[in-house]
Amino acid sequence: MATEFHRGVTPSADGDPGRGLGGPAAVEVRGLSRSFGDRRVIDNLDLTIRPGEFVALLGASGCGKSTLLRILGDLDPDFEGEVTLPRKRAIAFQAPRLMPWKRVWHNVVLGLPGRPDRARAGRALAEVGIGHRADVWPKVLSGGEAQRAALARALVREPDLLLLDEPFAALDALTRIKAQGLVAELWERHGCAVLLVTHDVEEAILLADRVLVMKDGVIAHEHAVDLPRPRDVADPRVARARGVLLDWLGVRHEIRHGAEA
Amino acid sequence: MSVTESPGTYVPPAPARRAAPAGRVRLVPAHARGRGLPRWLRRTSGPVALVALWHIASVTGVLPAEVLAGPATVVSSAARLIATGELQQAIVVSLGRAMAGLALGGTVGVLLALASGLTRLGEDLVDAPMQMLRTVPNVALIPLLIIWFGIGEAPKIALIALATAFPLYLNVYAGIRGVDQTLIEAGRTLGLGRAGLVRHVVLPGALPNALVGLRYSLGIAWLALVFGEQINATAGVGYLMANAREFFQTDVIVVCLVVYAILGLAVDMVVRTLERIFLAWRPSFTGA
Repeated sequence: MATEFHRGVTPSADGDPGRGLGGPAAVEVRGLSRSFGDRRVIDNLDLTIRPGEFVALLGASGCGKSTLLRILGDLDPDFEGEVTLPRKRAIAFQAPRLMPWKRVWHNVVLGLPGRPDRARAGRALAEVGIGHRADVWPKVLSGGEAQRAALARALVREPDLLLLDEPFAALDALTRIKAQGLVAELWERHGCAVLLVTHDVEEAILLADRVLVMKDGVIAHEHAVDLPRPRDVADPRVARARGVLLDWLGVRHEIRHGAEA
Repeated sequence: MSVTESPGTYVPPAPARRAAPAGRVRLVPAHARGRGLPRWLRRTSGPVALVALWHIASVTGVLPAEVLAGPATVVSSAARLIATGELQQAIVVSLGRAMAGLALGGTVGVLLALASGLTRLGEDLVDAPMQMLRTVPNVALIPLLIIWFGIGEAPKIALIALATAFPLYLNVYAGIRGVDQTLIEAGRTLGLGRAGLVRHVVLPGALPNALVGLRYSLGIAWLALVFGEQINATAGVGYLMANAREFFQTDVIVVCLVVYAILGLAVDMVVRTLERIFLAWRPSFTGA
């Protein structure tokens, strides 16, 4: 997989996120299009993600953000354009997609070369806080535990790019907050580039270096989140960013609370 | 609404239940609802009553022995057949036929299902003929099988093999094709190649259906066995039955029917055990 630079990199709109500067970009997407029948879901899209950068992708349902993620995950080969990616990638989907017929630890190391390494799986599971669940069937895991197992399965591959497709959408509010904290922590430790597709504006602001808003098949807006971590929902700067992004998403002002215009 | 459900301290309500206040109902926990006999006793009472009725009809002469021998005669005939060793020998022969036919038919059915389930070429070549042939009643093939294989063991085993191949084929094929696409996708993102996907995702995913197919096949193997053993058999449960028919021994016929029933139950238990071992991961699995 050759990395190409001669076409230039889209500059970030509002300053630099401050992480992973220099070196080749982790993700380079140029002129990407994808149609389903007559409908052009992605229309000449450009995207660059630097190594180690945490990018959140927001957008209304059907805006093409999941399609973009599926293309980056090499699950949808019917696209046009140029896509350059790290070889080592991992995906966590909205549903955990654990193989129900394999014990949790076996799920974690599935697909890794060599014999299944129980110890390695155990370490990955311990890292996401469910080391004690290594030997059970996936059916007995709670929703949050299953999603953690899916994260362990993604991270055990030591990816340079982690694709997260609304991984918290199916979790209850409390579990979601914990899972978000976990992802922030894991990202700091692993330092991989992350593309998080989400509906949740707050989640995007709390986690990402840069929030992209996708609309009509292109990146319509780019918002650098220049706030120290860990971030707090109650921080007025978070609220302000939320207001701006909700505007871009076409949601009226009256919905946002506590954000001054 | 007051709900009474503290299993430790709950006292079953007296027959004349304390009336709930107007407009409200009192919920009773499930374990306190069963009245009278335990469930297993109630379930066995039906068959027992039937046998008792049969016995009474026999001893009073309402049911003549030429029509149907009474239970007492049946039991003593069974004891006699066991004492002479005839029954055991017949069971061994019949069971051998059923298993040989199933092994042959099952292997062919599963192999064809793998071919058509896993490859486009296999599907195009195999599936249409299999779907066509499965609608032909197997028993209708008996004359042809006799012409091809004579009247020895071969046509009997061939009949069973033919009959058992289809349920396994259909279910394994459906199982392979029905594997959750999202799991296949997940497997691909984990770096599994084609062989890895087949081994770790497709085949385990098809296993529940395969066992359903096995259960059908076993049931049909028995049916085919009964038909097959009517073809000029010189041993086996079917032979015992055909012999008994010649001499109007309804008691022996009933013994053979019971044997068929027990063998059917026994193989069903084998499949249940297989399910318990291989399908323990299933969310819907409840048998423990």
